Amino acid sequence: MAFADYPTAQPHSDVRHLPLLVQLHDWVVTVDHKRLGLMYICTGLVFFAVGGLEASIMRWQLAFPSHDVVAPEVFNRLFTMHGTTMVFLFGMPIILGMANYLVPLMIGARDLAFPRLNAFGFWLSLFSGLLLYFSYLGGEGLSGAGTAPDVGWFAYAPLTERAFSRGYSTDYWILSLLVGGIGSVATSINMVTTVLCMRCKGMTLARMPLFVWLLLVVAVMILFAMPPLTAAQVMLLLDRYLGARFFDTQAGGSALLWQHFFWIFGHPEVYILMLPGFAAASEIIPVFSRKPMFGYAAMVGATISIGFISMGVWAHHMFAVGMSATANSFFAASTMLIAVPTGIKIFNWLATMYGGKIRFATPMLFCIGFLFQFLCAGLTGIMLAATPFDWQLTDSYFVVAHFHYVLIGGLLFTIFAAMYYWFPKATGRRLSETLGRWHFWLLVIGFNLTFGPQHLLGILGMPRRIYTYAPGRGWELLNLLSSLGVVFQALAVLFFVWNVIRALRQGALAGDDPWDAWTLEWTTTSPPPEYNFETLPEVRSRRPLWDVKHPYDPDWRHE
Amino acid sequence: MINATASTHHAAPTEGAFPSRGRVGMCCLIATEAALFSIFVAAYLFYIGKSLHGPYPAQVLEVPMLPTICLLASSATIMLAERTLRQGYRVLFSGWWCLTILLGGAFLYATAVEWYRLIFTHHLTISTNLFGTTFYSLVGFHAMHVTVGLLLLTLVLVLSVSGYVSQAHSERVEALSLYWHFVDVVWIVVFLVVYIIGR
Amino acid sequence: MLFTVGSLGAVKMFDNCERILYCRLTPWLQTRRTGPATSSINAGNMDRPVHLSNIFDPVSTPAQAILELSWLVLWICAGIFVIVSGLLVYTIIRFRRRRADDDEPPQVYGSNQIELAWTVIPLLTVFVLFLVTTRTITAVQHTVPSAEALLVTVVGHQWWWEIRYPALGIVTANELHVPVSDQTQPLPTFLKLQSVDVVHSFWVPRLAGKTDVIPNRDNQMWIEPHEPGLYLGQCAEYCGTQHANMLLRVTVHPRDDFDRWVAAQQQPPVHDPSVQAGRDLFQATACVNCHTVQETVANGTFGPDLSHLMSRATLAAGVVDNTPQNLRAWMRNPQQLKPGNLMPDMKLTPQELEHIVAYLVTLQ
Repeated sequence: MAFADYPTAQPHSDVRHLPLLVQLHDWVVTVDHKRLGLMYICTGLVFFAVGGLEASIMRWQLAFPSHDVVAPEVFNRLFTMHGTTMVFLFGMPIILGMANYLVPLMIGARDLAFPRLNAFGFWLSLFSGLLLYFSYLGGEGLSGAGTAPDVGWFAYAPLTERAFSRGYSTDYWILSLLVGGIGSVATSINMVTTVLCMRCKGMTLARMPLFVWLLLVVAVMILFAMPPLTAAQVMLLLDRYLGARFFDTQAGGSALLWQHFFWIFGHPEVYILMLPGFAAASEIIPVFSRKPMFGYAAMVGATISIGFISMGVWAHHMFAVGMSATANSFFAASTMLIAVPTGIKIFNWLATMYGGKIRFATPMLFCIGFLFQFLCAGLTGIMLAATPFDWQLTDSYFVVAHFHYVLIGGLLFTIFAAMYYWFPKATGRRLSETLGRWHFWLLVIGFNLTFGPQHLLGILGMPRRIYTYAPGRGWELLNLLSSLGVVFQALAVLFFVWNVIRALRQGALAGDDPWDAWTLEWTTTSPPPEYNFETLPEVRSRRPLWDVKHPYDPDWRHE
Repeated sequence: MINATASTHHAAPTEGAFPSRGRVGMCCLIATEAALFSIFVAAYLFYIGKSLHGPYPAQVLEVPMLPTICLLASSATIMLAERTLRQGYRVLFSGWWCLTILLGGAFLYATAVEWYRLIFTHHLTISTNLFGTTFYSLVGFHAMHVTVGLLLLTLVLVLSVSGYVSQAHSERVEALSLYWHFVDVVWIVVFLVVYIIGR
Repeated sequence: MLFTVGSLGAVKMFDNCERILYCRLTPWLQTRRTGPATSSINAGNMDRPVHLSNIFDPVSTPAQAILELSWLVLWICAGIFVIVSGLLVYTIIRFRRRRADDDEPPQVYGSNQIELAWTVIPLLTVFVLFLVTTRTITAVQHTVPSAEALLVTVVGHQWWWEIRYPALGIVTANELHVPVSDQTQPLPTFLKLQSVDVVHSFWVPRLAGKTDVIPNRDNQMWIEPHEPGLYLGQCAEYCGTQHANMLLRVTVHPRDDFDRWVAAQQQPPVHDPSVQAGRDLFQATACVNCHTVQETVANGTFGPDLSHLMSRATLAAGVVDNTPQNLRAWMRNPQQLKPGNLMPDMKLTPQELEHIVAYLVTLQ
């Protein structure tokens, strides 16, 4: 049965003639996973721009020694807001948005398990972002101290206690993340239930796309990793408002307890952020190499291992606090151990490309950039896992470089890959390949120019979170280079924005399957109708569309 | 070849081969709440013996046998309620359900009495020392979950008495009773940690 | 992987570029500053030496132990990088789609042997790495002070360092002076780390890895410098507004030089009768609530001990050089030099200010 014969539903009926107010109302009350997914993604992208702006101001301040673009208090607020925004208001919404949009389509379902809970989760996320940013306007406390929070995105105690953080700025941080955390957990419950209970006929767990597998693991991780943060924040609120003593060192409380609780959340959190990037890469790389994912079972096993081990490595963020040699060794071991499944994934992606016929469309370009940069990130991670080396490198710009290589070089690149890959599906239009290449290369240059030199800055002893530095430490040139990279990155993002706007208005029509791909979302129209599929599909293999296109050599003969 | 059969029934699990969404969703919620409680338990255990001054647990805590029995009994009665609903006895269901609520309410009342005693007789508040902080937060967090549970149970009771709950709803009632069992299990842990280990 | 290609060499190269850039930039920067040029560190001093705090240039035993481990880790990582990125580049080039080639390549689903291979080899690598790491951890953390070791207590404050030598009866601020240690006469310095407020971190890269300074918890670290000189560091855990200006200066002295320093510090503060007016004013004002000057009524501990104030090279934990002019500027308006710091503006009249500065300047 040729591909062209596959039944396609009519695209979503033309709503453009409806009044704007009615259209807006539809979006506000929607429980459709696709619309909520798009809203999550748009929210994430807006906060991404804001966080990027905050970073740009910081890099401008640090471009020269003793520069006074902003006051120290403002700088401290900037890095706090930048970190908090990027992790919680860009990272989480983007991955939950991608999950929201794609998972039901990929498993052949019509929606998530609990659509209204889904909407609830989204609006909580949006509200939490607005609450955090309201702090710029409304954070003045009784003593008139502070606006936005300025305690760093991990808000170590006792700096966050009433005695050292007057006013309400810290409370905005606590409350907005509390609310956002509840939203994330709600969506995760939804995601797990959907994947376990709503797969289409024939789709066993072993036939799910890897994207779905990875997001299932991510959702389970959120269920277990988010509560420690929520609990710690409740404890901090109790300290600040009811005089509790959780982190009050004068009353015998422990500053380290906050660190432990935070990082029990914080480390799995960074894997929660990164795994969806892996998920996108695991869909895109096979399609553009024209081969199935090499070692599906190994990829699933590696993902589950990462999920488990990630809950046991947290204290590698605390190597410098003076834990015993035994504890330090244990966490060094677990951290090095987690490098193994991560490496296995990289090897499997490589093996998928090996022997294929690689097409360098924009999504694939971003994935290749991801592979190189994530390799660097992983290797600097191994350096940080060696505890004594970490004693020098932690809390310095080396760590800043490391995690930006993970989150930008790894996550952002795969997010852009995912955008270019699934934008045609979501909108029915293709993005321009030319503008995409400009976007890609500018980002590669800018990103590496900014964060490459920061490795050296850390080696030369520059700590993080300093609003200025004196000349004569050997840091000037590297900081200047780092700041120059911002220009390229900003241009890259502008190219992306231009690409999106242009495509929405006059992009080429995409059709159902512009990339000649193999998973279920490509069997329906672009964009999909509200009910996703005219009839719910039934599958016999991991690549149902491959089976349709290659009826004489279907996958289920080989799996 | 993809078969264009299978159900078009909106969002129903195909062929009943999958577990029910309500049960899976509630289990996920329980997992996440368990993680939340374990952090408060960890803080409690960590701070045992670290208060700089009294009142100390051994001085002021009395083992709450009766409230514990009430709460555990309520788990039994809710199981009975569930079973009777599945068998279709709606009035009996309301009866057992009401008993569950009363037992849960008794537990909360006993907690309130204990707190009153601790605060006004022994002058132990959340800000007195580390014991006060961890005690009130852990026990209070649990009591909060009991309260929420009771509110939901009461809602179901009202619906049941008004005639809206039938055999067809037994799965949803089961999800709620799973939550109630969870609250009970947490109490067992809290009981052990606070009144046995910590004293 | 710049840092594997001899980071020391790369750094030296940057260092030279630094000097050129710095000499050209500084005058331009001076004209751009909107506030008064308060920092003499920036005041056109192009001859100021560049102090690199390079972790790859250690001078003390623990830092050297760390470096040895670091080289092993770096070489392993470099090897992995070369192999994997090499394979990646090869794959991209060799297996790119040739024009008009639309056939699908052979569909390979996986290989158990290969999976096993690239699980086992990394596991073994990681295992070796772990063993070496543990050995270094133990070597550094399980070293105990010998009888001759110098014991120093470092107390972190927002935003300055209190340095105490309990056995020698010396209290100073922001500068750590230690004797050099050589092979024949090892003389390590053991630091007890405490904090009075929030979490800070003590980091002098060329001497040791960093150790956090945590309230309600005593931490310990040690250094054993082999070369005399000045080594710079700073607080490495965000601790509030002026975290950036909590600098550390560690001076490693030859033995007799150190003894001279100790003797000078152990002297009672200079009592110069010509600055009686300033001394009286100092002791009558709220200064004494925060600062200590030994053998006077001033015994506050919130701020630094001023007994030998002028023996220190900088003020306000490294913000400005310690000169009478800067001292005057600091006392006139502390918030201008270090915005947000906890020293209040004492609202002195110009005459009072002159008296007190004249007094403080005598405290060598």
